[in-house]
Amino acid sequence: MSAPPALELRGLRTEFPGRGGVVRAVDGVSFRMERGRILGLVGESGSGKSVTGFSIMGLVEPPGRVVGGQVLLEGQDISGLPQPAMRLLRGARVAMVFQDPLMTLNPVLRIGTQMAAAVRAHDRVSRQAALSRARDALAIVGIPSPAERLQAYPHQLSGGMRQRVAIATALLHRPAAIIADEPTTALDVSIQGQILAEVRRLADETGTAFLWITHDLAVVSSLADDVCVMYAGRVVERGPAARVIATPRHPYTGALIGSVPSGHEPGARLPQLAAGAPPRGADGGPDPGCSFHTRCPRAQPDCALPPPDIDFGAGQSALCHHPLETPA
Amino acid sequence: MTPLLSVEGVSKRFARPATLGDRLAGLLGRTGPRAVQAVTRVDLQVAPGEVLGLVGESGCGKSTLGRIVAGIYEPSEGAVLFQGAPVMSGGRKRTFRVQMIHQDPFASLDPRMRVGDTVAEGPLAHGLVKRAGADAFVADMLARVGLDPALRRRYPHQFSGGQRQRVAIARALALGPELLVLDEPVASLDVSIQAQVLNLFSDLRRELGLTGLFISHDLGVVRHVSDRVAIMYLGRIVELAPMRTLYSTPAHPYTRALLDSVPKLGRGRGAFRPIAGEIPSPLNPPPGCHFHPRCPHAGPRCRVEAPKLIPVLPGQTAACHLHDTGVSDA
Amino acid sequence: MNREALIEGWQEYRRSPVAVVALVVVVAIALLALLAPWIAPQDPYDQSALDLMDARLEPGSVGSGEYVHLLGTDNAGRDLLSAILYGLRLSLSIAVTAGVVALVVGTAIGLSAAYYGGWFGAVAMRIVDLQLSLPAILLALVLVAMLGQGVPQLMAALVAAQYAYFARTAFGAASAERRKDYVEAALSTPLSGARVLWRHLLPNTLPPLIVVVTVQIATAISLEATLSFLGLGLPITRPSLGLLIANGFQFMLSGRYWISVYPGIALMVTVLAINLVGDQLRQVINPRRRR
Repeated sequence: MSAPPALELRGLRTEFPGRGGVVRAVDGVSFRMERGRILGLVGESGSGKSVTGFSIMGLVEPPGRVVGGQVLLEGQDISGLPQPAMRLLRGARVAMVFQDPLMTLNPVLRIGTQMAAAVRAHDRVSRQAALSRARDALAIVGIPSPAERLQAYPHQLSGGMRQRVAIATALLHRPAAIIADEPTTALDVSIQGQILAEVRRLADETGTAFLWITHDLAVVSSLADDVCVMYAGRVVERGPAARVIATPRHPYTGALIGSVPSGHEPGARLPQLAAGAPPRGADGGPDPGCSFHTRCPRAQPDCALPPPDIDFGAGQSALCHHPLETPA
Repeated sequence: MTPLLSVEGVSKRFARPATLGDRLAGLLGRTGPRAVQAVTRVDLQVAPGEVLGLVGESGCGKSTLGRIVAGIYEPSEGAVLFQGAPVMSGGRKRTFRVQMIHQDPFASLDPRMRVGDTVAEGPLAHGLVKRAGADAFVADMLARVGLDPALRRRYPHQFSGGQRQRVAIARALALGPELLVLDEPVASLDVSIQAQVLNLFSDLRRELGLTGLFISHDLGVVRHVSDRVAIMYLGRIVELAPMRTLYSTPAHPYTRALLDSVPKLGRGRGAFRPIAGEIPSPLNPPPGCHFHPRCPHAGPRCRVEAPKLIPVLPGQTAACHLHDTGVSDA
Repeated sequence: MNREALIEGWQEYRRSPVAVVALVVVVAIALLALLAPWIAPQDPYDQSALDLMDARLEPGSVGSGEYVHLLGTDNAGRDLLSAILYGLRLSLSIAVTAGVVALVVGTAIGLSAAYYGGWFGAVAMRIVDLQLSLPAILLALVLVAMLGQGVPQLMAALVAAQYAYFARTAFGAASAERRKDYVEAALSTPLSGARVLWRHLLPNTLPPLIVVVTVQIATAISLEATLSFLGLGLPITRPSLGLLIANGFQFMLSGRYWISVYPGIALMVTVLAINLVGDQLRQVINPRRRR
């Protein structure tokens, strides 16, 4: 039997009680991430992509909670683990990187102090040994003069440097998977390019799998092996990143790609999606039919029925009654 | 053609208020830099009906320059002329024909004012409409940006991000501007909403013949909307060229590096070459050419002498010694 | 303020039952004070209606007026219930007026300091800071001693002692708002400075000031009571709550507790209820709870 995937989700469901009934932010999300692979999880605001990340980490803010499905970390189901057991896992076998690294860095402690504490949270080693591991981790993510950076306070580093520190900290215990939630969105393009190149290299060299949560398809195209496109809590299309971007099959993926200006002649009219909210079911919960049919240009009456998961070969599949044809 | 907007030798310095640490250092006889040079001697002309894209990374001064053009800041040196007259004088903005649209529509609308009142406020204050006609005027403006006029009695928090940005656009249009300063107007919007707002801009441009200064960090968006593009780095314009020339034959190493670091759809995994190094602090920029510490072509001359903008191709200018007499001699 | 926000605010407010009770008490006290001339059995300020024979009657006794003194009488023969109702009326009207005037003065100073900045802002706020470092009671004492007795003098002293709290709060809130994009957008329209101050900065600065106003009214009631207790506030012929307590104080040990205790309870309940309402308002307005 081959080794289990680094991270696997099976039918994950997360709900938030709201005024008009329960909101199912994550509605049956499944995917597999093998060692050393990068999976891009793409969606617009409200698609549930970040909640998926928080659900994996067991960090969903109450009153929201994971109500179903499994999160398998190297084959072990961690979805129902109590908080103390989760705390032992977090940072050691699965780690998270946020859009704003200042969320996780303490402003009054030196980088070295914080990273050494992160080492010693899971491993009983001396402070010196912890510091030297922190220094090595900084070197691995491409930070120049890492020994000096250990002495710095977070505010003395640039945004890009702080994000590298956050990634280095996540890598300290060589976790099976790192969940990165919009980690380069706040950075300048030249710095984003540097970090994407480093992450690609780190995934290949360390074998850590990355779940890269982003709204930016171009980033996924440059970085990820595979992609899952989320809409209204569901993965509507999945497959190898290059293939999905070259030949999208779900109309939503097609619309996302079509609305990126650089794919068009300058000044040309951009195709735009109709506005609209995903349909709600009778009990206020999610609608069993296709969640995109209220905005879809290809919608037919049968789209109100649950959509089939059509396999297009080579790992690509889409939840759709009327998928896009292959371009001739 | 005479330019609609002329930016002439504009510089802007911000004095940083002394912190406790600065004062202590001052007592010990050590003083650090106290002023940020946000914009350094910028010259620009924008012709009527033209859209000039202004691109750069954080700290490059593009937003500051935009705010100077929009009459929010007064330049420390130089002048901003709109139709030959200064936009600001004596600390006050003198025209309402230059309007600005901010990046974050969640912050740029007064949360306690109905959107209809927000749109009507400027025209009423300047006597462009009578109070009796304000309601119809607001309805017309909202319809023009694709919003249901019935929404005018609502408050900003009842709108989505894309709708709020439409309200902000309606507020600017209500004053009948000829020049719009757009500061990252689609950066905080989802891609599908971004497409709608970009389409709205091109419609308005066609219908109203608007002139624009479009500030963005997103080279793809700037390529889509601009006729000409200026690239800024640490307060200086390093390249200025017609859009197609800039994207096909960039002349400045920084422009080339920027174009190379942008992730693109369908370019494939790991196929981009990022620029090395960090963006230096504007508090303490490198001497000579500000880009030299990150530039693969830098020579001794670049460390001491700041290059001037010189013509490269028709309409294209770049501030780089490579296009002058080389980088070696100092 | 729109209706929807008010409804939402009320739903947030009523999450605390204690605060709802406090609000009911505040409204009841305000009504009692307002209607005092119609519900009080006696006009305690009418010297001719007072009879020294009725002095210091126990609660429940019947005096020369041939009605029951529910809370007894004081040492001048006043019906204590009437005196408390009139005292509340006086205390509340002084405190509310002083609070509102201090709000207007303080907000004007704080807002203009935040908006115009420069040396004017710096000097104004340093004076405010200086004043905040002194205890309000001390300042009020000195002012009353200088100005003399009387309702207008007392109000002036209270305003002078309290405007600084409003100025500080308004300055903080307005400085934060001043940096926001909507202010920049209004200035770049361009709209006049006065218009930006009135139509944009002021409405967005008001919520925290409403909280300060409730708390400062409670403080003003205590301040006034303290000054009157010390004999510095109001003339003895027009007793406020503080003066009533002071008058009864000398009889406390001789068993005639009611002269001090009942006005004391009225004062305590009033101040406590207003403070509870203010605390809950602070919760409702707290921006972290929004959205």
